[in-house]
Amino acid sequence: MDILRTEGLWRTFDGIQAVAGVDFAVARGELRSIIGPNGAGKTTFFRLISGEMRPSRGRIWFNGGEITGLPQQKVARLGIVKSHQITSIFPHLTVRENVRVAAQAAKTTYNFWSKKESLRDVAERAERALGAVGLVDRRGRLAAHLSHGEKRHLEIGIALATEPALLLLDEPTAGMSPEETDATMRLITEIAQGRTVILVEHNMKIVMKISQRITVFHQGQVLAEGSPDEVRANERVQQVYLGEQ
Amino acid sequence: MTVVRALAAWLEHHPLTGLLVFFAVFPFIMPYHALSTQILTYGLFAMGFNLLYGYTGLLSFGHAAYFGLGAYGTGLALARLGLGSPLVALGLGIVTAAAGAAIIGFLCMRRRGVYFGLLTLAFAQLLYFIVYHMGDITGGEDGLRGFPSLVVRLPGGSIPLDSPLSFYYFVLVVVALALIGLKRVLDSPFGSVLQAIRENGDRCLACGYDVKNVKILAFVFSGVLAGLAGGLNAMHLRIVPVDTLYWTTSGTVLLMTLVGGGSTFFGPFVGASVYLALESLLALVTESWQLIMGGIFVGCVVFLPRGILGWLSDRLVARSPGA
Repeated sequence: MDILRTEGLWRTFDGIQAVAGVDFAVARGELRSIIGPNGAGKTTFFRLISGEMRPSRGRIWFNGGEITGLPQQKVARLGIVKSHQITSIFPHLTVRENVRVAAQAAKTTYNFWSKKESLRDVAERAERALGAVGLVDRRGRLAAHLSHGEKRHLEIGIALATEPALLLLDEPTAGMSPEETDATMRLITEIAQGRTVILVEHNMKIVMKISQRITVFHQGQVLAEGSPDEVRANERVQQVYLGEQ
Repeated sequence: MTVVRALAAWLEHHPLTGLLVFFAVFPFIMPYHALSTQILTYGLFAMGFNLLYGYTGLLSFGHAAYFGLGAYGTGLALARLGLGSPLVALGLGIVTAAAGAAIIGFLCMRRRGVYFGLLTLAFAQLLYFIVYHMGDITGGEDGLRGFPSLVVRLPGGSIPLDSPLSFYYFVLVVVALALIGLKRVLDSPFGSVLQAIRENGDRCLACGYDVKNVKILAFVFSGVLAGLAGGLNAMHLRIVPVDTLYWTTSGTVLLMTLVGGGSTFFGPFVGASVYLALESLLALVTESWQLIMGGIFVGCVVFLPRGILGWLSDRLVARSPGA
């Protein structure tokens, strides 16, 4: 069963077609990668799904219900949460508070009287997210004081803490050292267990190694789709994309 | 030195008792009783303001509006409607301020940054001119007058608030309850969302928070505290000067908060105390006291960017062996 499906998705900016008629579907539990040259429309496509941006045309279904045009916070509450290409954390809160506030999202916003630490399920969810991204021993630090790689992991941890049904990862290894990149690759494989993940990533080594299926974007359209081997063997993909490297 | 250290250690373990004892004797260490009452009301005002500024990261240039709405709401209930109960009158003041904050907050939330700040200022000034020109009801330029003598009726008996000292203790109880409520809200899940919005509003949206609604609610909470402070101040002065609503009031509360430290819970209260104490001292010495005050504030902002209390707490953390 598909957890996410788009039909004829378009988005234009001042006459430029960033996303031009994308039909796309991801099965529940899949680890999917989206690749393509810069400007292929991958990030815009993510923004359309997450509700940050409204599509100019086309429709989006999630878990069987239509979510086209819903604002980002509603899409997030339905279970699609994105981790950002540009690190977006809560710098002057502790690492633990970063994931804790994400974990309590939506359910307890208007609880004015409980002690925040008394919400046990929220605390447990926060601990799980910290454990998943390997930041348990950094919990008491201010997020602003983490290293770049740790901040990138916290970025994912915040998204994980909301326990999304569909996790969108936008270039999680951006700006990482090779060691950090390897750690992140292991991290993604782990968090993809029992969860649907869509990954936008430039690092081909990671994409080929961990994806179940790959969708190749080119000029706002889907150029090819298939298993890593199929995509690697695809001549058109080699021409427009892999051949460049 | 050992006495000071022993006292500090005791205070660390009994902060609430310490505060209670301090504020019980507070009017007697001030030059006059009325100053201590003023410090409590403006301290509450500044802490309400800081819910929005320091905790949610929204800088309002128009908090005179909610302070003033509370003052006029309370004042009209007492002086015009002839309500005998100070508590009910305060309640009406709070409701007036909360309604104003909800409406103005909703409208200002359409803009961000500087434009947000300018809108808050514009609405507050609008309110000032409305009240100014509705002299039949509000007293206009002369201010709202005609306060009856106040008596709090409780099941056990009644307490007259005529003497400055009994009024001080009445204000102390009300302000203490309000600040306990404020602390509770700041420590709640809602309070943690406010701080997350201050840190990164876009990420809060991405986590599923209705950021705009939360901000409007923060506006209302802040307006409630400012309105309560305004109502208490009206009872204290037994008049509501129309200047209460003027933009200078908004400037004063911002200064108090910056001087005391918006990043700490009690900072704004400390700022209000320092501001009012200095004002009353300097005004005795020279007519150009505002010039000296201005210099002090510039110094504070330049050399103590985290305010007096922020600076003190930084010093304490740096000194404690654990850190």
